Amino acid sequence: MADKVSNRDIFFNPFSKDNPVIVQVLGICSCLAVTAKLEPALVMGISVIAVLAFSNVIISLIRNTIPTNIRIIVQLVVVAALVIIVNQLLLAYAYDVSKQLSVFIGLIITNCILMGRLEAFAMGNKPWPSFLDGVGNGIGYTIILVIVGFFRELLGSGSLMGYKVIPQSWYDAGYADNGLMILPPMALLVVACIIWVHRSYNKELQEK
Amino acid sequence: MINKQSNVYTIIYITVMVIIVGAALAFTAMSLKDKQAENADADKMRQILQSVHLTTDRATVVQDYHKYITSTIVVNSLGEQVDGTEAFAINVAQEAKKPFEKRLLPVYICTLPDAGTKYIIPLAGMGLWGPIWGYVSLDSDGTTIYGAFFDHQGETPGLGAEITKPEFTNQFNGKEMFKNGMFLPVTVVKKGQMPQGEMDYVDGISGGTITSKGVGAMLDECLQPYKAYLESLSKQ
Repeated sequence: MADKVSNRDIFFNPFSKDNPVIVQVLGICSCLAVTAKLEPALVMGISVIAVLAFSNVIISLIRNTIPTNIRIIVQLVVVAALVIIVNQLLLAYAYDVSKQLSVFIGLIITNCILMGRLEAFAMGNKPWPSFLDGVGNGIGYTIILVIVGFFRELLGSGSLMGYKVIPQSWYDAGYADNGLMILPPMALLVVACIIWVHRSYNKELQEK
Repeated sequence: MINKQSNVYTIIYITVMVIIVGAALAFTAMSLKDKQAENADADKMRQILQSVHLTTDRATVVQDYHKYITSTIVVNSLGEQVDGTEAFAINVAQEAKKPFEKRLLPVYICTLPDAGTKYIIPLAGMGLWGPIWGYVSLDSDGTTIYGAFFDHQGETPGLGAEITKPEFTNQFNGKEMFKNGMFLPVTVVKKGQMPQGEMDYVDGISGGTITSKGVGAMLDECLQPYKAYLESLSKQ
């Protein structure tokens, strides 16, 4: 972050030009785990936005006090504490959602986007830009999750958000859901297709 | 100016941080505990009622539970009633690890206005990724299944997780547990196959083979100790 970047860019860049999933290729593992259906993908995205924004702010607030040799540990403790609090809140106020996400909430801790943003941004910036950066990157991550979840649920289960969208007459005519779409490898192939489309639109991202 | 790279600073820093974070987590856990336990109980009641085909929502589930579940009893593997334990509080997953004769076996007795008395038996077992559990309700003859409900912690969405769907659970309706005087709990087999033995069976989920097998094993493991109790029901 050598150049002075405007707050607007900090917020909007991660949506596309600097997207954490398809440009920086971070957070791939969770992208693979929660996208078999659209709804968990969406809730996971929202949880990541919340955790990322708050951990960015907290780390940014204490950035000048952190001893450099244990900074990764400090970051991890902050993220882990926030994730557990989110999980506890979901258990108390949104029991059904928390049951659906089960282990994936805990796995936010291991999401590389979080550590990446804390290390690359929050450690060197003031709280407000850090908050915008957290929300922006969280949204960038959510966008990709939702796109992947959309295609996997539509082609794999013939439904969206749990509602059947492919009419019964198609099945009667011989159409079948593609079971392969539900399996994890297809998440990577869908992400790869998104990267392909994205890079052919954004020529400056193509490697020489 | 403090030297932020010194060992003393680092140790003090990490100690203070751990104390603050620990206190914050303990506070959150303590203050939300009652609400979480309430949710967990309400969810258990919802699942129990689901096994007799009653769908309730969070607002009315406690009321409905007390309306339809007229009594609960605990029995042992000899079919005798055991006093002193509340059926609802029994951890079925823990009990399922014990040998048959040491298990406490809860039975929920449910009275439905249009279908009479049903006996609900809780189940607990293992799927592919983690625990699975469920409830089966039996008609008052102790052999015909009236309804079944299954749930899981982390089975694969779209594959193993399909055991919660009515397409799977409704297959159990009307299956028999006693065949020619033999106690043979319903089992789960791969679509198109038949079990070895004369027991009733249902089709497993394609792509969710291990979870389906887990359901079959759970039914066998958790229903076997009820044999004596169910026999006493069928004689009545």
